[in-house]
Amino acid sequence: MTSADDRPEDAQLRAMLRRHFDPVLSEPIPARMHLRRPAWLDHARTGLLLAVGIAIGFALPLLSPAPVPPAALAAPLPLRAARAHLVYSPEVRHPVEVEASQEEHLVKWLSKRLGLPLRVPRLAQEGFELLGGRLLPGSDGPVAQFMYQDASGRRLTLYVATRTRGEELTSFRFAQEGAVSVFYWIDHDCGYALSGEVDKAALARVATAVYHQLER
Amino acid sequence: MDYNLIVPYIPNLRRYARALVGDRDGADDLVQDTLERAVRKFHLWRPGDLRAWLFAIMHNVFINQLKARRIAPEVEADETLPAPISTVTSVDLMDLERALGCIAPEQREVVLLVALEDMTYADVSRALGIPIGTVMSRLSRGRERLRRLMNGESTHSALRVVQ
Repeated sequence: MTSADDRPEDAQLRAMLRRHFDPVLSEPIPARMHLRRPAWLDHARTGLLLAVGIAIGFALPLLSPAPVPPAALAAPLPLRAARAHLVYSPEVRHPVEVEASQEEHLVKWLSKRLGLPLRVPRLAQEGFELLGGRLLPGSDGPVAQFMYQDASGRRLTLYVATRTRGEELTSFRFAQEGAVSVFYWIDHDCGYALSGEVDKAALARVATAVYHQLER
Repeated sequence: MDYNLIVPYIPNLRRYARALVGDRDGADDLVQDTLERAVRKFHLWRPGDLRAWLFAIMHNVFINQLKARRIAPEVEADETLPAPISTVTSVDLMDLERALGCIAPEQREVVLLVALEDMTYADVSRALGIPIGTVMSRLSRGRERLRRLMNGESTHSALRVVQ
């Protein structure tokens, strides 16, 4: 049984309500609505991780004769970007250091730290709104990360690093780092990498928009 | 537990809340409280109709908020908040929001779940925890009243003397 609008005036009322309230569907979801798991689960998880960590700590010397190689110092740009994406994009409370509401301050600050005039791409047409950004340590100085989010809460990060000496110029390229898809390019001054746990085609659309806005 | 299952329903919960509560901040508070409760109670959800489950939670939160408001009608008025962003584009739309605010909350819920969410009588009955007969009568009374209000009839039209 359905609640079919069996009378034209009911259908009319429904149409009026939909017309008026449907725009809410496409509003970006406020950051405070991101689901956070109950605190006790976090504590339980921390405890479990700690126990596993301690167990591994004890077992490791027995298992691995070879020393752990030092962290690769100059990992390629897409890998560094994907790692930074994985670290910060799931953050519920502090996804960014400076929020989009203070965009002007954010851009000034990061430009100063990177020593380059930065620009923040507008991705509203692609369905993504700027959440804000943060400063990160890179392999050769500071790095900027801007975070975007769409209506369903999916996040993309744009990683901007100054070009390291000897780093090759690179045209628009794609890399897959685990679950993270990355489009990246390195121009004369900077390396840019857009990362997201989304499929390649969807990311390509957004990355193309970023590329056109930044390389104008 | 995969809370991400809930995420696709957030826009729908917000649309419904906006229509139910009327103002943007109040509506988003309702959604926020609903989501927090859903996450806390997620272990109680049995795979099935997640949408009905979420709207049922929102219904309970809404009813509790109404009760709280009745007990303490003067909750602190926050003057620092900006006025709700108006999406009003014409006179008849403004009347729609005002008219919604004038019908009984329990009728408003039924009218909105059917109109916005395309819910069947059975869906509404599950979400609100009321019998199907009650759904039908609230729906027809709510629609009728809404139409009268929008046609500019007095809010007391029910009291008119019948000749």
